[in-house]
Amino acid sequence: MKTCLVVDDSSVVRKIARRILEGLEFQVTEAEDGSKALEICQRQLPDAVLLDWNMPVMDGFEFMGHMRRLPGGDQPKVVFCTTENNVAHIAQALSGGANEYIMKPFDKDIIADKFAEVGLIPVGQAMV
Amino acid sequence: MTPTEYEYLRKFLKDNSGLDLSADKQYLIESRLLPLARKAGLSGIAELVQKLQGGSRTLITDVVEAMTTNETFFFRDKVPFDHFRDHIMPEVIKARAARRSVRIWCAAGSTGQEPYSLAMCLKEMGAALTGWRVEIIATDLSQEVLEKAKAGIYSQFEVQRGLPIQMLMKYFKQIGETWQINPELRAMIQHRQLNLLHDFAQLGTFDVIFCRNVLIYFDQDTKINIFNRLARQIEPDGFLVLGAAETVVGLTDTFRPIPERRGLYKPNDPRAAAAKPALAGAAPRMAVMAGR
Repeated sequence: MKTCLVVDDSSVVRKIARRILEGLEFQVTEAEDGSKALEICQRQLPDAVLLDWNMPVMDGFEFMGHMRRLPGGDQPKVVFCTTENNVAHIAQALSGGANEYIMKPFDKDIIADKFAEVGLIPVGQAMV
Repeated sequence: MTPTEYEYLRKFLKDNSGLDLSADKQYLIESRLLPLARKAGLSGIAELVQKLQGGSRTLITDVVEAMTTNETFFFRDKVPFDHFRDHIMPEVIKARAARRSVRIWCAAGSTGQEPYSLAMCLKEMGAALTGWRVEIIATDLSQEVLEKAKAGIYSQFEVQRGLPIQMLMKYFKQIGETWQINPELRAMIQHRQLNLLHDFAQLGTFDVIFCRNVLIYFDQDTKINIFNRLARQIEPDGFLVLGAAETVVGLTDTFRPIPERRGLYKPNDPRAAAAKPALAGAAPRMAVMAGR
């Protein structure tokens, strides 16, 4: 079973994302900011990170930079999931090492499409 | 909705668009036509049916459009576009090397996601198509849908279905909360209004025809008729691409599936294809055999 770390300061968003990702057969862990997420990654890297941008303590972009520098930190697929929906933020995320980018609000179809896009789930599964 | 009203609408849609609804699609009619009825200031389906029976032209068009518009997104089903990039276009580039032109028809172009996906595929091929004349004709029954396709403006929700983020960044421009596809890609596509039930010979001949997720709505005879007419608009070495739930098998000999490539078809011998619609009974089969 693949693992996904959901990083978002909103517990409601984490809950929705968890339900969707468990439906796509991921084992989900949660973190409420970048710093807590980094601690989890230092113990064990997930296969995927669904990552909010703006969070207290450490934001998503900074977290991604730290995670990518961990041993094996180039492996996890990072999918941003944020209300930041402008070209400048998207470009910054991609050049900083993000694999995909979701502009909130999101739903199951968008998550499935984006996860299929980066090879985390088979394409067929995105079609349900 | 009463059974009589439902039966009337079923027959009405069959006659006016070829749409063949099964006996249990009341919910579909209600979800599509109730908003339309309200918009037209009518009380509900019953009054809408009365108006249609009275022969209201604008309402007839609106009802057909509302019922035949489908959900669509970029690179829908993915596989056909992989086929297009890895199999179809390499063969076309080889076969048309002298002529350096390719004609593609999206026969159910809808709101533009499919033709624009093809345009993006072609752009990604880069140098292989330098100096080529590329024509993409996108047709749809609905004028309203064509206008949207032509504008190439999509909501944030729409650009997140099937479209990789790199493609969004490369080929779209953000306008407020919406995204518009670049003028260069828009210029690659000609949008035309067309009902597949009517004659489409004037479109000319194509190297590739995408006709996906539209024939599923037609009854068997209509499907056969459309396949036979599509066969006359396709080059002998061209490609037909159908939707995941569609096939020619058991319906027509004018096309044959390409093994190992789901949804991809080649025309059979054109003489056989041309002979088929004019003949009845066993004769077409003989014509096919004679053509081989």
